[in-house]
Order: sequence, then structure tokens, then C-alpha cells
Amino acid sequence: MLVEAHVVRFDSISLDGGATLEPVDVAYETYGTLNPQKSNAILVLHAFSGDAHAAGISPESGKPGWWDNMIGPGKAFDTNKYFVICSNVLGGCRGTTGPASIDPATGCPYAMSFPVITIRDMVRLQKMLIDHLGIERLLSVTGGSMGGMQALEWAVYYPQSVVSAIPIAATARHSAQQIAFNEVGRQAIIADPDWREGNYYGGKPPARGLAIARMVGHITYMSDDSMREKFGRRLRGKNSFGYDFDVDFEVESYLRYRGSEFVNRFDANSYLYITKAMDYFDLTNGAGSLASAFEQARARFLAISFSSDWLYPSYQSQEIVRALRSRNVDVAYCELPSNYGHDAFLVDVGEQTELVRGFLSSTYERAAAA
Amino acid sequence: MTTAAPQEHHKPFVGELLGRSDYAIIGEIVEPGAKVLDLGCGEGELLQWLAENKGVDARGVELSGAKVQRAIGRGVSVYQGDIDHGLADYPDQAFDYIILSQTLQETRRPLQVLREMLRVGRRAIVAFPNFGHWSVRLAMLMRGRAPKTRLFPHDWYDSPNIHFLTVDDFEQLARQESLAVERRYFLAGHKRVGALPNLRAEVAVFLVKKSLT
Repeated sequence: MLVEAHVVRFDSISLDGGATLEPVDVAYETYGTLNPQKSNAILVLHAFSGDAHAAGISPESGKPGWWDNMIGPGKAFDTNKYFVICSNVLGGCRGTTGPASIDPATGCPYAMSFPVITIRDMVRLQKMLIDHLGIERLLSVTGGSMGGMQALEWAVYYPQSVVSAIPIAATARHSAQQIAFNEVGRQAIIADPDWREGNYYGGKPPARGLAIARMVGHITYMSDDSMREKFGRRLRGKNSFGYDFDVDFEVESYLRYRGSEFVNRFDANSYLYITKAMDYFDLTNGAGSLASAFEQARARFLAISFSSDWLYPSYQSQEIVRALRSRNVDVAYCELPSNYGHDAFLVDVGEQTELVRGFLSSTYERAAAA
Repeated sequence: MTTAAPQEHHKPFVGELLGRSDYAIIGEIVEPGAKVLDLGCGEGELLQWLAENKGVDARGVELSGAKVQRAIGRGVSVYQGDIDHGLADYPDQAFDYIILSQTLQETRRPLQVLREMLRVGRRAIVAFPNFGHWSVRLAMLMRGRAPKTRLFPHDWYDSPNIHFLTVDDFEQLARQESLAVERRYFLAGHKRVGALPNLRAEVAVFLVKKSLT
């Protein structure tokens, strides 16, 4: 399935921080067909380093989408039945306006003059896209990790516009540990002399800093078990230690490869802005209980967590579910057994598929009957 | 929370409770459109049946991750958690019925569970295996060992049942807790039992609510 990327431009968007962006572009892809009642639309929300290319094969890169194992004909998000939309987040670097975009006021990239954004700002832009597509209510909003945070924000901020929400490996607020890892990533970028206060466009990007940030990220996405299984203490292309600081171990080689590969597809300033948005995320807005945050929520929920995910541990999903139960909101929850750590929502999708398929199809039937 | 259930025993009367006669009993009790919470709902068969046949708003709690997966796969809203703690989050009187299908004897604190059920629900439907059945009494008397019968097929060291009770025990508890028993059903196999339920019933189903005293 070859898919086409679209971009839509809006005149302006007002942000939580008080700034306004004029104009703002959103890159998005769609899969499947919107039914005449417009009742089968599902918005898929990508995680930190994802993009609008969630499924199918991109004609430019020839690569499958980041959730191609979940979206497509007969898959969990069955495109024979549902119309699936995925857009690149605000602040991103894959077609949607972000720090690398040209500021029309100066004719230069925004760089660090780009306003600080929030998860709610991302969702506000997605709502503009959904309005533009003529969709009043989404059958579901879903995503893993940061995508799950956006799904929660949708259910709270636009309760009339979502029938259901599926936050996966997500949290209602970033914890100290999550903020800490993001800060290490940001400091790695900022400490790179090539970063130049963010003004590296047209020159040499802060590749070393960004690669180190990504290396740290990858460690947090895996688990002790999955790393032991994948690498163990195996050496890379040698039978004995080199007694130097070149690559000895497979795991070193893997992290270096992942880091350098990331530099080719991701903008360092987007890394700063998007991780900041995640760190600011707190569904309670710092006041009141999580239960009161869900006061307006009307959606049916399915929360999923993974047993070996230590970056977004199950207790964070359970906290969401308990708050929803205290408001007597319809919520299903399951912790799936997996060794893949936080990455599980992307790679270990067999059981996740069963949950999502059953939940979506009963939600769709009920919505049709109502 | 672990995903592995402490035990995956075959529960011999699940099949009967979910067989036609017991669907009929619970279907008879629960009115269409009611809000129902099933504690220890397994794979959600009963909830799915109630949702499809009675249009109820069906929710469940189940400890076994594998069963929760299958229940959600059926489209039933099930939460993975244990019954002893699982009700605390809900507001008062959130449901019309709380169903506890032959699980009371497996809970750590059955009295607290029963009280919580009647806080969260207007009515409770409690079904349990009757430890007073003649076959249990006979097995105990004749063999002088922890009874192992068709009703209670487990070895004592391997049994999920930690709080045994009889029909009369439940009646006594209902009086003690000032519960109004609105209906009671006694079953042996698929047949209803009339006289001497404490001796003859294999499974008892009680519909109770708090009495207005």
C-alpha cells in the first residue's frame, strides 16, 4: 500500500505559552475510507520521534510506517473498516511547523525563537486538522507513549469530539525520572559546540549531541531482559577486547548506529521542544486531582501497559484507570506481558492487536446503535 | 501487579453457571439497560451475554491477565485487578448490580468484599458453591480428609477456595449484616432444588440489598 503525504496550512494557532504562530502547517497521512456518516475516523498519535507516516509504504523513502503492524487491512486498526489519520506533531521536523521551519517574519528558520509548545498545543492543531477534514467526532484517539498523552488530552480537552480513547504505555503526567532522562538528552545537544544556541541550520548540525541523546533514549525504550537477549556481552566483529575505546560490544555498536541514524532524520531543536512539551505535560495542570481532570471526559477508554516497561511503568496507566473508575467512566485496562520494555507497543503487537480490535469493534457497534 | 493468575484451575461450575439455566437466572434478575459490574468475570462470557441480550452496561474485574485480554477482545470493559482491592475506586452506588459468581470463597476478606459490593452497587448477586452439600459432608465424614468432590475438585494445598461457606452460613451472614434477601435460587446441576437447600444445593444464588432499617 503506497501512501500519500498531505500538508494543510492554517492561518494561525494560539499557544498555551501565549504566543501565536502564523501560519502553521500540518503534515498528515490517511489510510482507509471515511464513511458517509463520518463515524469511522480514528486519529493515531505518534510518539516522541515518530511522524505522520504511520502505515503503508512511503513513496519517497520506500519505508513502512512506524505502526504498519497495527494499521492496515485486517490489522488492529482495520483500514477496510476504519478511516485512520496520522499527523506530525507541532514542533516536529517532518512536515509540520517546528523550529526548523522558516519564520515568515525573518525569512530564516525559527530555531530557538520558536515558541515553547505543550501537548495541548499539539492537540489543538490536530483538532484544526480534524475540523478541516469535516469530522465532528472521532471514533477513537490512540497512541503509545507521547501519543497516549495526546489521546488523554483529547479526551479531556475535546470531550464531545471523541467516542473512545486508547492510551498505550502512557502517563497522565511526566515523572521526575522521565523528566530526568529528557534533560540528559537536551543537555547532550546543548553541550555540543555545533549546536550554536540553536542556529546551526545551513551549517553543521549538533550531530554528536543529538546522537548521544538518542543513545540514552534507546536504553530507556528497552529492558534489561531485551538487551540481554539481543546483545548479551557479545563482541562486535572481534574475538577479544581491543583494550581501547573503539567499539567492543554489540550493544555499543547498536547504540552508536541508532544514534547516527537518528541524526539523519531528526532535528536537534525539535528534540528540545518536544521533550519540553512532554515534561510540562500534567493532565491535572498542577492543581486538583487526576479524577477532577477527567470530570468532562465522556469517552470510553482502553488503557494498555507492558510488564517490562520501566520508562512508562504500569503504575502510571493504573493511576489513569483508577481516576477514571472513581468517576465511573467506562474503562478497560490490561497490563500485557512483554520483555520489550517501552518499545513493546511498537514491536510486540500480537496481544495488543486482540485488545484493540475487540475494543474498537464493540465501540463502533455501540456508537452506531446509539 | 503480576499478570500471572495465582491459579488457572478449571472451575467446574462455571460451565453450569454460564449454562442456560443460570443465564436465565441472572437474566431474570437483571433488567434491560442496567449497569452491571462482574467481579472475577473471567473471559467476560456472562458480561458479553448480558450486553448482547439485555443491553446492559457491562463492566468487569479480573485478576488473570490472559483472561482480561480475552474479555477485552470480546469487547467487554474489563479492568485487570483483584477483587479485594478492586472496588475501592468506585463511587457509591455506581452500579445497579454487582455480580460475584462463585468467587466469594476465594477472596481474602469476603465480608469486606460483600460490604463493598453493597456500597458500590444497589444490589449484589452472589453465587457460591455450597460447602454444606451432602457429598461434601459425606466425603469429609467417610474419608476424614479435606473434601475433594465434583464441586470442590482441588487438593487442599492447591485450592483457590480459602473461605468455605454453606447456604445457611450465607443466610446467617445476611441477617447479621441486615441484608434483605430479595431472591434465592438453589441449583443441583441444571435443576432447581426446593426443600433442604443446605443439604441438596450445589450452587446457591442470592440477590441481596441493604435493608432499610
